[in-house]
Amino acid sequence: MTYGFQRTATGRVVLRVDDVERGLLMSVARQVMDLVQPAEASPDQDPLAAQVGWVDGDVGISDDPAVARLLPDAYDDPDDARDFRRFTENDLRQSKMQHAMTVLEEIERSGEKVSVTSTDSWLGLLNDARIAIGTRIQISEDNHGELAELPDDDPRSGLFHFYDWLTFLQESLVRCMTPALYGFSDDNVPVAEDEE
Amino acid sequence: MGVAYGGVASAAGCCENNVVVYASIAVEAAPQEQVDEVVETQRPWITIVWNDPINLMSYVTYVFMTYFHFSREKAEKLMNDVHHEGRAVVSSGTREEMERDVSAMHSYGLWATLQRDD
Repeated sequence: MTYGFQRTATGRVVLRVDDVERGLLMSVARQVMDLVQPAEASPDQDPLAAQVGWVDGDVGISDDPAVARLLPDAYDDPDDARDFRRFTENDLRQSKMQHAMTVLEEIERSGEKVSVTSTDSWLGLLNDARIAIGTRIQISEDNHGELAELPDDDPRSGLFHFYDWLTFLQESLVRCMTPALYGFSDDNVPVAEDEE
Repeated sequence: MGVAYGGVASAAGCCENNVVVYASIAVEAAPQEQVDEVVETQRPWITIVWNDPINLMSYVTYVFMTYFHFSREKAEKLMNDVHHEGRAVVSSGTREEMERDVSAMHSYGLWATLQRDD
C-alpha cells in the first residue's frame, strides 16, 4: 500500500500509487461525478434560468442519503432551503464535478508517482468520496470497530476498508498542507525523494 | 451612523493612518452600549457547522484556517466545539455573507446551515 501523500524536498506534493490504487482512485472520482452530476435540463426549462445555472421547477433535498449529505440544505426552514438550493445547487454540483475532474486529469497525466498540484481538489474529492461511502455504510462515531470486523462476504466490509484507505490518504494530504497541526515543522514532514 | 461604524471597524484593520485616527475618535465618542447595539443589528445572521461522523478533525481545522483565515488555535477550538458539542458558530454577518460562507462549507464537504442569530 502507499505511503500516502508526501512532500518532496522541493516542496511538491506527490502520491505514489500502484496500478490497483490508481484504478481505485479513478473509479471513485467517476462515481462521485455520477452522484453529483447536474440533471439534464428539461426541454421546457426557462432558457435564461438554465444559462445562469438556476434550477427550474421544484427542487428539494435528495432521497439518496449520500447525495443529501453531499448537497445538504442550507436552512432549517424548508422554503428558504428550497430557494437557496434553486440558486446555488448547480454551482455546488459543478464545484464537486470540477474537483473530481481535476483529480482524474492529474492521475491520467502521471505514472506511478502522481504530481499533486491542485491539493484542494484532491482534499475535496477524497472528502466527497468518504461522505458518499461513509453514508452508504452508515458509519457513526462509534461503529468503526464493528465495521472493521465484518466478515469478508458482507458487502459493507470491502467498502469499509476502501473508506479506511481514503481516510488515510486524506489525513496524509492534510498533514502535508498543515505541518503545524501535527507538531511538525515544515522540514520534518515525511519527504519523498525528488528524483525526476 | 451604524453604517459608518461597520465601515470603520473593518477598514481599521487595513492600517491606513487616516482611517485609524478616525476610528479612534469615533469609538471614543460613542458609549460602549451603542457600539454593541450597532454591531448586533449589523450582524444578525450566523453560520453554524454541524458535527458528522465522517469529516476528519484535521480537515475541519484545515478548512477553518484556509477559508476563514483563523489562527490554528481558533480553528482547533471551533473544530473541538463542533466535535464535542455537536455544532459551532463559525461566522456572523449579513444574510448574503452567511449564504456565501455556507456555500463554501458545502463545497469543502462540511455540513453547515445559516440562521438568524436569535
